[in-house]
Amino acid sequence: MGADDGAEVVLRLDRITKRFGALTANDTVSFALHRGEVVGLLGENGAGKTTLMNILFGHYTADEGSVEVFGKPLPPGNPRAALGAGIGMVHQHFTLADNLTVLENILLGTRSMWRPGLGRRKARDRVGRLSADFGLAVHPDARVGSLSVGERQRVEILKALFRDARILILDEPTAVLTPQETTALFDTLRKAVALGLSVIFISHKLGEVMTITRRVLVLRHGRIVGEVATADTDRHRLAEMMVGAEVTAPKPTERQPGAPLLSLRGVCTPDRGNAPGLRGVDLELRAGQITGLAGVSGNGQSALAGLIGGLERPETGTMVLDPASHEAWSPRAALGAGIARIPEDRHKTGVVADFTLAENAVLECYAAAPFSRAGWMNWPEIDRFAARIIDTYDVRCPGPRTRIRLLSGGNMQKLILGRALDPGPRVILANQPVRGLDIGAVTFVHAQLIAARDAGAAVLLISEDLDEIMALSDVIHVIYEGRLSPGFARASKTPAELGVWMAGHGFAGAEHAA
Amino acid sequence: MDLLDILLSASFWAAAVRIASPLIFATMGELICERAGVLNLGIEGIMVIGAFCGWMTVYLGFGLWFGVAAALAAGMVFGLLHGVLTVPFGLSQHVVGLGVTLLATSVTYFAYRLSLPEVTIPPRIEPFQPYAIPVLSDIPLLGAALFAQTPLTYLAFATVLVVSVVLYRTPLGLALRAAGENPASVAAQGLSVTAIRMGAVIVGSGLMAVGGAFLTMSAFSSFFFEMINGRGWICIALVVFGAWKPGKALLGALLFAAFDALQIRLQQTPLGALVPYQIFLMVPYVLSILALVLMSRRAEIPAALMVPFNKGER
Repeated sequence: MGADDGAEVVLRLDRITKRFGALTANDTVSFALHRGEVVGLLGENGAGKTTLMNILFGHYTADEGSVEVFGKPLPPGNPRAALGAGIGMVHQHFTLADNLTVLENILLGTRSMWRPGLGRRKARDRVGRLSADFGLAVHPDARVGSLSVGERQRVEILKALFRDARILILDEPTAVLTPQETTALFDTLRKAVALGLSVIFISHKLGEVMTITRRVLVLRHGRIVGEVATADTDRHRLAEMMVGAEVTAPKPTERQPGAPLLSLRGVCTPDRGNAPGLRGVDLELRAGQITGLAGVSGNGQSALAGLIGGLERPETGTMVLDPASHEAWSPRAALGAGIARIPEDRHKTGVVADFTLAENAVLECYAAAPFSRAGWMNWPEIDRFAARIIDTYDVRCPGPRTRIRLLSGGNMQKLILGRALDPGPRVILANQPVRGLDIGAVTFVHAQLIAARDAGAAVLLISEDLDEIMALSDVIHVIYEGRLSPGFARASKTPAELGVWMAGHGFAGAEHAA
Repeated sequence: MDLLDILLSASFWAAAVRIASPLIFATMGELICERAGVLNLGIEGIMVIGAFCGWMTVYLGFGLWFGVAAALAAGMVFGLLHGVLTVPFGLSQHVVGLGVTLLATSVTYFAYRLSLPEVTIPPRIEPFQPYAIPVLSDIPLLGAALFAQTPLTYLAFATVLVVSVVLYRTPLGLALRAAGENPASVAAQGLSVTAIRMGAVIVGSGLMAVGGAFLTMSAFSSFFFEMINGRGWICIALVVFGAWKPGKALLGALLFAAFDALQIRLQQTPLGALVPYQIFLMVPYVLSILALVLMSRRAEIPAALMVPFNKGER
């Protein structure tokens, strides 16, 4: 379909199946890649995209099926064979050594280990030519540790090109790029395709897939569920295929807010390093209301989250909870007061990566019955609880005893969400709850937050994504250098008007006046 | 005044280079291991067994160079043990390293008692003799310090050169440095992180043992148990001091040795009559700590040091 124009088939996957324990990551996946095309591989987190590419590159061995490159079978589980056959892979997490220069990173593994000399001079010329041909500007003698993320990605692509890759596989290449860097990457890919290379573009960003690919394969639950020419489809239909159901962004219905459950009056907190503290913040979080906090990151969001989550205490001003908390303010007191937290960085502060799902599920309540009694852990109860969360919140995983580091970001976030929402919290602190998640997971998280609001919880939604804030919030505050704007009712401000506040205009007494 | 006399005497500088030699070998060994991502705390014990094997081989009637080879081989065997446990098995490098040190030291003691059951004073061997390099050794001060040493000292300096060249000028060194920084970058090229790290630990351990052998075969002519006396741990500090760079580490070894040579001489000055000698013994260590604090602040530790690598892990 779409590619039947007689172009040579450069890569053919035939009924690839890969299982991890009880989980089938790839289920009889077959497709062909043609010379000079960009194929998008689209799928939700955990759909099996990365697994499939790791099989192709020899990092994993498929349980069944075979791979053919330029008409020759590719021996499984051998990255060198994949490299030799002309497959170049740009991993989501870069495989560069920070202490080496760009040139050294490119040279790594290109020469027999027992040869003396690196052949730097010749290599430098060649890298210079490739840089020019493909629009990949980067200084060959710069240390990789000092490069920006966009430059590192260019090094990764140069590495592949230096090895004469004819097939480029890019795994979520734009996840870490700025919009300008993404545009530059697309220019590079167009040049590569014009020179006869073929590209597999793995992503869950629909706009980018629509822009750069000619054909799209959609992967869901390890199976290919659709294959379409990009010209014959649109974002909405792709999203549907990816999720497997009609995608409608959840919208909160109009609802009368309840009593304030948490109020801040003139609260100041100290600065923490580069992160500004709060400067005289007044805020009310009301039952049955989503309060959105817009703002450019680093303007006091983390101070506010820290305050409500119990990590920080007001220096001056008061924080009043309903019902009042009589404990000294701490994370434990916050949990005791029915405040649920979805932390900003799920890997760092949300989970313990080497703990199991079950252990992570009870991280905030392990010390209380029924999960422990008289100092003894009650593992059957904990497993039951974890199984319930896995079930209710659709966490895709082999089981509650899996280490959580093996889960994708979306599934990890669903577990955190379940852990936070299951006890029926009064206040929910959702800090960047959908950062890095795909549509399916975003929709799910948003729907859950709205459901919690409808059940009477007060939700504080902190996000840098203005669209997200505007879609969900009943009231919007803008934060700028630790100060809070007045609350704006839903739809009372346009994005442009909020943008003006985000740039620091309109705050009483702000130093910023320009 | 005394201090100036000491600093201008050729014997002081010659002693400094002599004291530095075993440290240079062992520091290079440790540096190779750590650059590949493996902390080798077996160094202290491996130096003990190296000192013993070199000396015992010569005592049994073999040549001096044969002794060096025996020490090297013994070090590599214990390196293999350390490597197998820490690299493919991924065990804690601290625990394995201390275990290797204890094991190597005990094996040495056992072998010593087994081979010399009746002896109270360990027998002496005929050690390496100083070889003055013609012309060069006539340079005042420097000549006596650098060019009138035993062949093993020259070998130590050559080792630094070889390690530098291999690390910075060959594909092997590139892969080794990458393995200690981001092993995934090595695996992504289809190279074996395991093989590179194992090789580094084995070769590095061999060098440590040769450092130990220097003590019995060049500095002294006999073996006794206390002779390593924490030199291995000093070398671990020297690698940090040298910011994981061979040249800087060499400088650190020379500096430490110079302090050590200085304190012995200071003990014999009038000052030595007033101050307890233990204070002098402390000097090199105190100064090393100070230098370490100052020098290592901006050092870049290999990012994957002490991090086992598992291929399938995300």
